[in-house]
Amino acid sequence: MNRPPRRPLDLRAGRVELSHGAGGSAMAQLIAQVFQTALDNEWLRRGNDQAAFEVEPGRMVMTTDGYVISPLFFPGGDIGSLAVHGTINDVSMAGAVPRYLSASFILEEGFPLADLERIARSMGEAAREAGVPVVTGDTKVVERGKADGVFICTTGIGVIPHGIDISVERARPGDQILLSGSLGDHGVAILSCRHDLRFETALISDSAPLHALVATMVAAGGAALHAMRDPTRGGLAATLNEIAQQAAVGVRLRETAIPIKPAVAAACELLGLDPLHVANEGKLVAFVAPEAAQAVLEAMRAHPLGRDAALIGEAVADQHCFVQMTTGFGGGRIVDWLAGEQLPRIC
Amino acid sequence: MKHADEYRDGRLARALAERIAEEVRPGGGGYHFMEFCGGHTHAISRYGLEDLLPSSVRLIHGPGCPVCVLPVGRIDSAIRLAERPEVTLCTYGDMLRVPGSRGVSLLRAKAAGADVRMIYSAADAVELARAEPHREVVLFAIGFETTTPPTALAIRLAERLGVKNFTVFCNHVLTPSAIQNILESPDVRELGRVRIDGFIGPAHVSTVIGSAPYAFFAEEFAKPVVIAGFEPLDVLQAVLMLIRQVNEGRHEVENQYGRAVRPEGNEHAKRDVAELFELRKSFEWRGLGRVPYSALRLKRAYAGFDAERRFELEDVPGREVPGCQCGAVLRGVKRPPDCKLFGTVCTPETPMGSCMVSSEGACAAHWTYKRFRDPEPPGAAAVAGGGA
Repeated sequence: MNRPPRRPLDLRAGRVELSHGAGGSAMAQLIAQVFQTALDNEWLRRGNDQAAFEVEPGRMVMTTDGYVISPLFFPGGDIGSLAVHGTINDVSMAGAVPRYLSASFILEEGFPLADLERIARSMGEAAREAGVPVVTGDTKVVERGKADGVFICTTGIGVIPHGIDISVERARPGDQILLSGSLGDHGVAILSCRHDLRFETALISDSAPLHALVATMVAAGGAALHAMRDPTRGGLAATLNEIAQQAAVGVRLRETAIPIKPAVAAACELLGLDPLHVANEGKLVAFVAPEAAQAVLEAMRAHPLGRDAALIGEAVADQHCFVQMTTGFGGGRIVDWLAGEQLPRIC
Repeated sequence: MKHADEYRDGRLARALAERIAEEVRPGGGGYHFMEFCGGHTHAISRYGLEDLLPSSVRLIHGPGCPVCVLPVGRIDSAIRLAERPEVTLCTYGDMLRVPGSRGVSLLRAKAAGADVRMIYSAADAVELARAEPHREVVLFAIGFETTTPPTALAIRLAERLGVKNFTVFCNHVLTPSAIQNILESPDVRELGRVRIDGFIGPAHVSTVIGSAPYAFFAEEFAKPVVIAGFEPLDVLQAVLMLIRQVNEGRHEVENQYGRAVRPEGNEHAKRDVAELFELRKSFEWRGLGRVPYSALRLKRAYAGFDAERRFELEDVPGREVPGCQCGAVLRGVKRPPDCKLFGTVCTPETPMGSCMVSSEGACAAHWTYKRFRDPEPPGAAAVAGGGA
């Protein structure tokens, strides 16, 4: 080691400084003491600017996502665990097995090192629990006021099992629509701790990695799984409209079949939100050929993250690609895209 | 939540719908009821209530959406206020997206640098004024009798705390004057363009003003009024009550919303409002034009809290978007799909008129929940996004 000796970082009271992103020894120290410690794995230990790994046969998927959530820490998670779960989920929605993640941090000058360490640790734990290591990363620091604490961008790659082709345009009339659990937990949990709206609730975010649930669905349904997506920003309504448009089908839902927790329904009622528009971070919706729908639903219910899975509707032929719903009241309505911004910075 | 679910029970709805189907009489051109409030419009659309009614019962959306009735000129004034460097304008969320003249909205003004903040309650604006004493915090106060008392309380709070940098841009309007205006309009009285056989009366507004104020025009114009809650079963029951009144030739004020509305209303709230506010001689409504004695402004004693006085705001005539039929929609003369802009250039993403902005607006409700029933429905809109 030819670097000049430095005192250890003050992880209790210290703050991010511009030098921590300048490429010099301060940055090396931050990476070693915070990120390598928290995320530790054989690739990071090698200390390269990239990670090298064997390529498996078959089709691979790759996805990337930025995380700007506010507040950084929320009931049921934080920006670190969310950045792992969210990207694992995007990889998984192709039916793929997630393999590796990268993480890029944009830090604001003055951000407490204690918070950064907490986020990095949470990220490391989430990655270890999911079995998907963060193998390479980057750190930048911007001047105070030019960012909001910390932004994280993660990229994920994964491998698609042979014979699986899950893609939104493959949804077709007759497909049964399965939802893995109750809607709106993440969005309402975030809202409950926003400074301008604070209210008390026992709800926690549903942020979770869905790849193991997806694996059981792939095992049960195989090629009968046509389309899958996690209803994050814009909620189930946006996701179903995306699929309907890209696959040129209509969707018919039954409101009474859609699981929504009473606490979420009550909060939405108070705040004038539609739970179908509220974000989720640990739920998926799948379009499955009718003959396999029951088997896939049972497989989902056998997994802890799919315990409350439900058959909520079906795809139909509809040249207008409308998502329609029979309300619990007995009438019909459209389930539309959300117009404008309901909750900024939800993920 | 259980409490609310009881008013959304599908089985009870079907039972009520059957009763309505039994009691409607054939012939006579059916039953035309105007629901005054945007809250009713929203409930009717969101729960698909019209699917449960016989075809002879027609619901006409009225002007009771506070965002929708504000004329373009007042929105222009709010934007001009927000553009002043010393001003922080506080507004309820829906107002952000309403286009003023030349299509500029508060949201656009905010993007261009104006200090516009979304608030959830009038008291938040006072809190903000305390927290940022160097800013001139203006509350963009809008709404019917329901939102006026909170504005009054905010002013009282500011007075008590000695907050000097808080003012109110008052746009509060009155429901009874608007209903009377509709009933007196040539569309209804002379030309017969709009047929109204009765009113579904306001829910929240009536909790404040009570049921008594409607007695005059129920009598004078021989139209039944049934005050109804905003839950779908409330609306369905009100429709049944109106049908019975029509069948029996009665025109009374009936109160379906007895769990919240008393004949005298909320004396406390009424007193607060009366102490702080006075009637304007006339006020412009989108769609209805100038309506005499239909809006409030702050009394002279509270001039210090009046943004119109502090910033010497003048009434500016606004320019409606050419072709926009919001006015006719608000009067019940046209239905949203009758407007050429509906679903072509005017959608909730890019609203041209106020009725497309608020979820209580007739156009937004039709677009969001009902357009699949149109013979040639405008498309499912927007381009797909992606990612988490």
